[in-house]
This record gives sequence, C-alpha cells and structure tokens, in this order.
Amino acid sequence: MKPTNEMSVSFLSCSANESFGRAAVAAFAAQLDPTIDELSDIKTAVSEAVTNCIVHAYRDSIGVIYINCKLYDNGRIAIRIRDKGCGIEDIGQAMQPLFTTAGDERAGLGFAVMESFMDKLKVTSKVGHGTSVTMNKTIERRPMQKTN
Amino acid sequence: MGVRLILRESELTAVLSGEIDHHSAREIRGAIDEAAAKVKPKLLILDFSGVQFMDSSGVGLIMGRCKLMQLWNGRVKIANLQPKIEKIVNLAGLNQLCSIVKDVKINEANE
Repeated sequence: MKPTNEMSVSFLSCSANESFGRAAVAAFAAQLDPTIDELSDIKTAVSEAVTNCIVHAYRDSIGVIYINCKLYDNGRIAIRIRDKGCGIEDIGQAMQPLFTTAGDERAGLGFAVMESFMDKLKVTSKVGHGTSVTMNKTIERRPMQKTN
Repeated sequence: MGVRLILRESELTAVLSGEIDHHSAREIRGAIDEAAAKVKPKLLILDFSGVQFMDSSGVGLIMGRCKLMQLWNGRVKIANLQPKIEKIVNLAGLNQLCSIVKDVKINEANE
C-alpha cells in the first residue's frame, strides 16, 4: 500500500530532544484525527524508542536519531525510529519486561510499553551498526460529527 | 516540568508537574532525594495531578524512590494519576510496590 503522506525528521541524541521527538510525531499523527488516548499512546511509544537511542545506542556519545512516519488510507500510521549506535546483541532479552542494562533508575519497560501501546512492533539490529524500531497503529475512523 | 516539595511533620510531598521523561526525571530525582535524605520522612507522597505526560522513565523514578525510602522503612504513596498515566503505572504493576490513591488534597502549608 502506498502512503498518503510521509514525514522525516532527524535530530541529535541529546536528552532535551526527547520531548521534541514525540511532539513532532504527535503533530503529524494528528492528521488521522486520533483521540487524546490514542495520541498519548503514540507519544509514549515514541518517547520510549527515542530514549533507548539516547540511553543505549549512543551511550556516552552523541549521534543522530532518525524518525520516519508514514500515513495510510485506512488510518494506519507507521513510525520508524532508527539510530547508528551500538546495536543490540540479544533482541529477545532486551525486549523482556524489566530487563535493563542501564541501572537502577531504568524500569526496563521500554519495549513492553511500545508493544502494548501500539498494534505492531518490529525491531531489527546489527551490533556496531545500529537499531531500527518500526511501530504501527491504526486509528479507528470515527463517524463524522454532524454540525447542524 | 517542575517539582515542588512540601514537608509536614514526617511526610514529604513532591508536587510534580509537566512532562516526565528520561530528561526531566533527573532533576526531579535530584530534588526529591536531596530533601528525603535530609529528613528521612516516614511517608513520601508523589502528587501527579499536574503531570501531562509520563513514559517508563517515570516508572523508574517511582521504583527508585521506593527503594530509597525502604532504606529507613519509609513508604511511598502515588496520588492523583490522570487516566493516561494510570495506563503505564498499571502496566508496570506499581501497585505491588507502593500504594496508589486518588483525590488526595495536598496541604500547601509549611512549604
């Protein structure tokens, strides 16, 4: 299926950009007329993926985070968040709830949140080359409100 | 993002506001831990009524404060979660770790 609209944005992996990343995707996704809850789910999932890039992929360094979003006719949004960081050795282990390598202050729930807040999640990674996370969510079409 | 601390007898309340992510959690954590280590309160109340957004960094923040309070047998209460934040708190099973309460009025005296 061909997307009806597409946007890309890239930014440095400074933690101050976490709010920018999720706000940019939310502003684009608003075209699908999501509910507040659906938009909040998307923002949270994007925030998790971007935080992973900052905390894990580019730990102790600064790199570029790439976000690409596509919208489809049926109300689906596909969000890809990519880095050129260290990569994940064992994706299965990384995706397990509560598993974290980042210490006490991290809950280890990033992938669990992405999985439960979005419809579909795909993670590919190559050690030393980077990680790509693709998430899909279909926004239910609500009947148009009549304005009499 | 912000945190306002209120100390009343042996209760420390942290009134949080704005968006809690990995970036903002650091400052909130620093402010709470500094005050908590000084007064070693029996109860730490985290008031979320002004929090518009929270990702799993907020969950880590709550879990970390629970651990800290356990050092002197203190408890953590999380109060006034908005529905969209409740979802991630439930996913993390935080009710196993601390009490979650609604409609708590925060006494602003003795700030």
